Amino acid sequence: MDRTGYDRVLKAIGKKQLFAQGDEAYAYGALLAGCRFFAGYPITPATEAAEVMSQLLPRIGGAYVQMEDEIASMGAIIGASLAGVKSMTVTSGPGFSLMQENIGYAFMTETPCVVVNVQRSGPSTGQPTEPSQGDIMQAKWGSHGDYEVIALSPNSVQESLDLTIECFNLAEKYRNPVLLMTDGEVGHMREGITLPDHGKYEIIERARPSKEPGDYIPFLPESGKVPQLADFGSGYHTYYTGLTHKPSGLPSTDDAEIHTQLITRLCEKISDDTEKLTRVEELYMDDAESVIVSYGITSRAAAYAVKMLRAEGKKVGYLRLITIWPFPDQVLRRIGESARRILVPEMNLGQIYYKVKEAVGYNAEVIKLPKIGGIMHSPQEIAAALKE
Amino acid sequence: MADQKDKADKRRHRLFKYLRKEVLPTAFCPGCGCGIVLNCYAHAVDELQMDPNDLISVTGIGCSSWIPSPYFMGDTLHTTHGRPIPFATGAKVTRPDKTLVVIAGDGDLIGIGGNHLIHAARRNIDIKVFMVNNLIYGMTGGQLAPTTPAGVPTSTSPYGNVEHPFEIAELVAAAGASYVARWTTFHVFPLMESMQKALTRKGFAFIEIRSQCPISYGRRIGKRTGTEALQEYKETAVRAQEAAEMTPEELAGKIVVGRLAERDKSEFTANLRQLNDEIRKKDAGRRPEDWSIS
Repeated sequence: MDRTGYDRVLKAIGKKQLFAQGDEAYAYGALLAGCRFFAGYPITPATEAAEVMSQLLPRIGGAYVQMEDEIASMGAIIGASLAGVKSMTVTSGPGFSLMQENIGYAFMTETPCVVVNVQRSGPSTGQPTEPSQGDIMQAKWGSHGDYEVIALSPNSVQESLDLTIECFNLAEKYRNPVLLMTDGEVGHMREGITLPDHGKYEIIERARPSKEPGDYIPFLPESGKVPQLADFGSGYHTYYTGLTHKPSGLPSTDDAEIHTQLITRLCEKISDDTEKLTRVEELYMDDAESVIVSYGITSRAAAYAVKMLRAEGKKVGYLRLITIWPFPDQVLRRIGESARRILVPEMNLGQIYYKVKEAVGYNAEVIKLPKIGGIMHSPQEIAAALKE
Repeated sequence: MADQKDKADKRRHRLFKYLRKEVLPTAFCPGCGCGIVLNCYAHAVDELQMDPNDLISVTGIGCSSWIPSPYFMGDTLHTTHGRPIPFATGAKVTRPDKTLVVIAGDGDLIGIGGNHLIHAARRNIDIKVFMVNNLIYGMTGGQLAPTTPAGVPTSTSPYGNVEHPFEIAELVAAAGASYVARWTTFHVFPLMESMQKALTRKGFAFIEIRSQCPISYGRRIGKRTGTEALQEYKETAVRAQEAAEMTPEELAGKIVVGRLAERDKSEFTANLRQLNDEIRKKDAGRRPEDWSIS
C-alpha cells in the first residue's frame, strides 16, 4: 500500500497506540493490508469486527455490506475479490459452518480472501459468549472434497492485527482462502497495541496477467503453481466455475486426468510450501525433555506453566504453533526425536493432539489435555499434567 | 484450416459473436426453453449495443444457469447452488460501473437461494435477474420444486404435489424491486424488450421467464414436446392490465404476463457511494483527534 493509503487508514483509526480488543485488531489489520470490502453477519463473539469495519470502511473509500446470512457473506467477498479488491469476513462457529461450501468454492476458483473465525464453544449454538478451539479440524476439513487452506492462530491482540495483515499477504500470494483461527478470548480481551509504521510489513498484491487477453490462460501458472488473476471488467472475459475446469477455466466434468491435475496443483501450491508457511514460537527448547505444544489463547497459560516448571528446575520447553494449517509436521517430528514427552493442551476434546501424535509417531509420549466449557486452562493445571 | 474456420464463422448468425464457440453446441435437451432465453438475451444485448466488457454474468446451479455460463461470452462467475446474487452483490459493489446479470432457475433462486433474492430486491441493488421458471428441478431429473403446481406428480411427489407453489414475480415486487415482469418463452419479442428495459433501468430488476422442460416436467403432465408448452403459454397468458380486472377464479390456470412493478427507488451502490462522499467531506473538516472510533 502506498503512503497515502496508509495515512488514510491511520487517520481513520485515529491513533497509533490503542487499547483494543482482538475483534477490533482484525479490522485494523485488514485495513492496513489493503482490505476495502467487508461482508458480514452479526454473531457473538465476532460482531465488533463488523462494527469497526462499518465505521471505518466508508471513511477510506471502501464498502461494508451487511448480508442476510454467512453463506451470502462468503459469496459476496468472493465476488468482490474477483472484481479486484481485497476482501474479508469475520464470523464464529455457526457462521463458519454456513460458509464451508463457499470456502471450497474459493479454493476451487483460487480466489484470494480472508476469513476470521472467532471460535466459540460448540457444537451448534453451544456457548455463544465463551471461547473455544473446537473448529481447528473443521478449518482443514469443513468443505467437501480434497483441499488445502492456510490457517494462522494469534495469542494476543497485537498479534491479531499483525497476523491479519499476514493472512491477506498469503491470500494474495497463493490465491487461496486464508483463515485466521482465533477465539472468543482473544477476540474480546483488551490489550495495548501499536499500529505498524508504514513499510514495516510488505503488502503483497496478487499477480495480474502479464499477457494480453487471448494469450492469457486463466488457470495455467506462468511459473510455479499459482496462476495470475484477471479482475472482472478488465477485458479478459475470465470464466470461473466451481466445476472441475481446464486451464482455460471452462468446465470438464468427466475427465479423470484433468480433475487429478487440477486438484493436485491446487493442493500442492500450499503443501509444497509448508516449510515456508510454518511459523512457530519456541522457548526453552534446547534441553527440553518435555514440551508443551499449544496454539492461540491456550499458549498464554502454557508459557506461564513452562516458566513455573523451569523455576522448579524441570527441563520443559514451549512450542507455539502460529501456523495451524498446513500443519508443520517437520517441526513436530524433530521435537519428537529429542523430547520424551509432549503435552498438548487444547480448548476442545483433542484435535491438534492427533496431528501431533501422527507427526511424532512412537518417538515420544504424546499426552492430551483437553478442556471444554468455555474456561481456559490455568497454568497450574497444565504444569500439574506434566508432573503426573 | 484456419481460413476455412473463419469463413464458416462468418456465415453464422450475427449474434454468434456473443457466444463461446468452443463450448457449442449447447447441452440443452430437445425442446428446452433455455435456448430461446439465450437467444432473447443475446438480442437484447445486441439491440442495446452493450460492450461485452461491461457485462458480468453470474449464475448458480441448474440447467438455466448454463445459459450464460459457459455459452455467453464475457466475464462469467458460475457460483454455488442458490448463491449467484450474493456473489453478484460483492462484484457490483466493487465495480458499480459494470452491468451484473444473474440468469438462473427457480430451484436456484427461490428454492435454495430464496432469501438472497428477496434481500437483494429490498436493497434495490443494481443487479438484473432473469429467472427461468420451469416448475421443476430439471437437471436432477424432475423433482418437486417450490414452483411446482399443486397436484402435479414429480419423481419426489409421485402421488401428486401436496404443497402450494410460490408466485415469485409478485413476491419480488412486494420485496421492493424497482422493476418486475413476467413473460414466457412464447413471448419472445416482449421478453427481449423487457430484458432491455431491465438492463438499462437502474436498480434491482427481475424477470420471471416461464419456460418449458419437456423432458423432466412436460412428460409428467402429458406435454412431451416444447411446442405443446408454447401452445399452452400462448393460450393461457393474460396481460397484467387485463388480469387486474379478473377474479381469482377467472385467473385459475392462467399465466399473468407483462410488467408487474416499476418504481423509482434509490439504488444500493449509489447509496453506498453517497454515504462515502458525505462522510469523507465531513472528515475533511475534522481534526484527527475528533475521529475517535469508539
